[in-house]
Amino acid sequence: MKSDFKKIAFDGVIGSNPTLKLVLGTCPTLALTTMAMNGIGMGLAVTFVLICSNVLISLLRKVIPNQVRIPAFVLIIATFVTIVRLLLDKLLPDLYESLGLYLPLIVVNCIILARAESFASKNGVIKSAADGLFMGIGFTIALTLMGAVREILGSGAIFGVKLWSFSIGFFASSAGAFFTYAVFIAMFSFFSSLISKKRKKTNLPLPEENNDKGVN
Amino acid sequence: MAEFIMIIVSAVFINNFVVVQFLGICPFLGVSKDFKSALGMGLAVTFVMTLTCLITYPLYTFVLVPLGIEFMEIIIFIFIIAAIVQMIEMALKKFSPTLYNAMGIYLPLITTNCAVLGVAELVIDQAQMMALLGIAEMSMGVAVLYGLFAGLGFTLAIVLMSGMREKITRLPINKHLKGFPIAMITACFIAMAFYVFALVI
Repeated sequence: MKSDFKKIAFDGVIGSNPTLKLVLGTCPTLALTTMAMNGIGMGLAVTFVLICSNVLISLLRKVIPNQVRIPAFVLIIATFVTIVRLLLDKLLPDLYESLGLYLPLIVVNCIILARAESFASKNGVIKSAADGLFMGIGFTIALTLMGAVREILGSGAIFGVKLWSFSIGFFASSAGAFFTYAVFIAMFSFFSSLISKKRKKTNLPLPEENNDKGVN
Repeated sequence: MAEFIMIIVSAVFINNFVVVQFLGICPFLGVSKDFKSALGMGLAVTFVMTLTCLITYPLYTFVLVPLGIEFMEIIIFIFIIAAIVQMIEMALKKFSPTLYNAMGIYLPLITTNCAVLGVAELVIDQAQMMALLGIAEMSMGVAVLYGLFAGLGFTLAIVLMSGMREKITRLPINKHLKGFPIAMITACFIAMAFYVFALVI
């Protein structure tokens, strides 16, 4: 049981990171990473929707008929997005303004529908909630890191605090968004292949991991 | 007339949906491997976007606002889009099987395309639309025109992308850059090209 959660946590944050490995939900990633703060805001909004929709879909997975599952999932997701939107409008109007159009577009964010389809509709409630949480954390970390890099290079600031007057306008523009994202994915792929190579070299037989797999 | 041209230039070039506003990136990266399917996807999206604006704009202004239930917009819009896509699919299957076979696989994907929900959400935001297009008043005609030309802007970007990607696949590329990273670097160059339009005007 414990190793299950370990696996979910590892998969969500690193193993199949939704932004860097699966490349899902690209629209908000490219549009909102001009500032690190926007990355955190968007990440947390998506995490909230992911956890809620995963829990509800997992609870209803035996009730929803298979033929109409996609419209049912979309309806559940749209409901939670509306809740987030109304909450943010009241509680954090500044963040609501800066997320703008991309807040209602969480409905069509592929990450949420993909997790509903491939995880929540097949697993129990607690596992689905954990999956939503860690996938959301993986998304938030990736967005915040990209936002920080683009904010430092593009406007010489971090979290809105000015560091120096030097800045490269390219990274704040839309072309810079594509470039930064490309570099992030390539670096992620490079480092993960480096780590897996090292692991293979040091302990070839992998006795413990084999045991773990048997239990699962 | 000047207004008309302004809408076209703004929707297609200055505020291009894909490379400036980052809407519809998933099909832009996913369905741009060859020219033919890119063009098919672009035109299918354009059609759905126009139809969506034609239905959602009057529905929002004349039904949701008078009733005071604007907060239901997301749920209602996504269902309208899903219904439009479903109806087009059924109509194509019945009346033009050749077109259905050519476009069939892209149609279900359009429901979850951010560009479609994005245009529906954008045209009801009166203040932002007026600032974007430099017009004095928002109307039904402007909404539908914007939907049509934003869709054509999407088509232009995805077709340009497919042309470049067809050439790039023949080059030797580092294995870590293969796939999405190199596609995004290609998109980076297209974005730079579109950025020039904003400077000129």
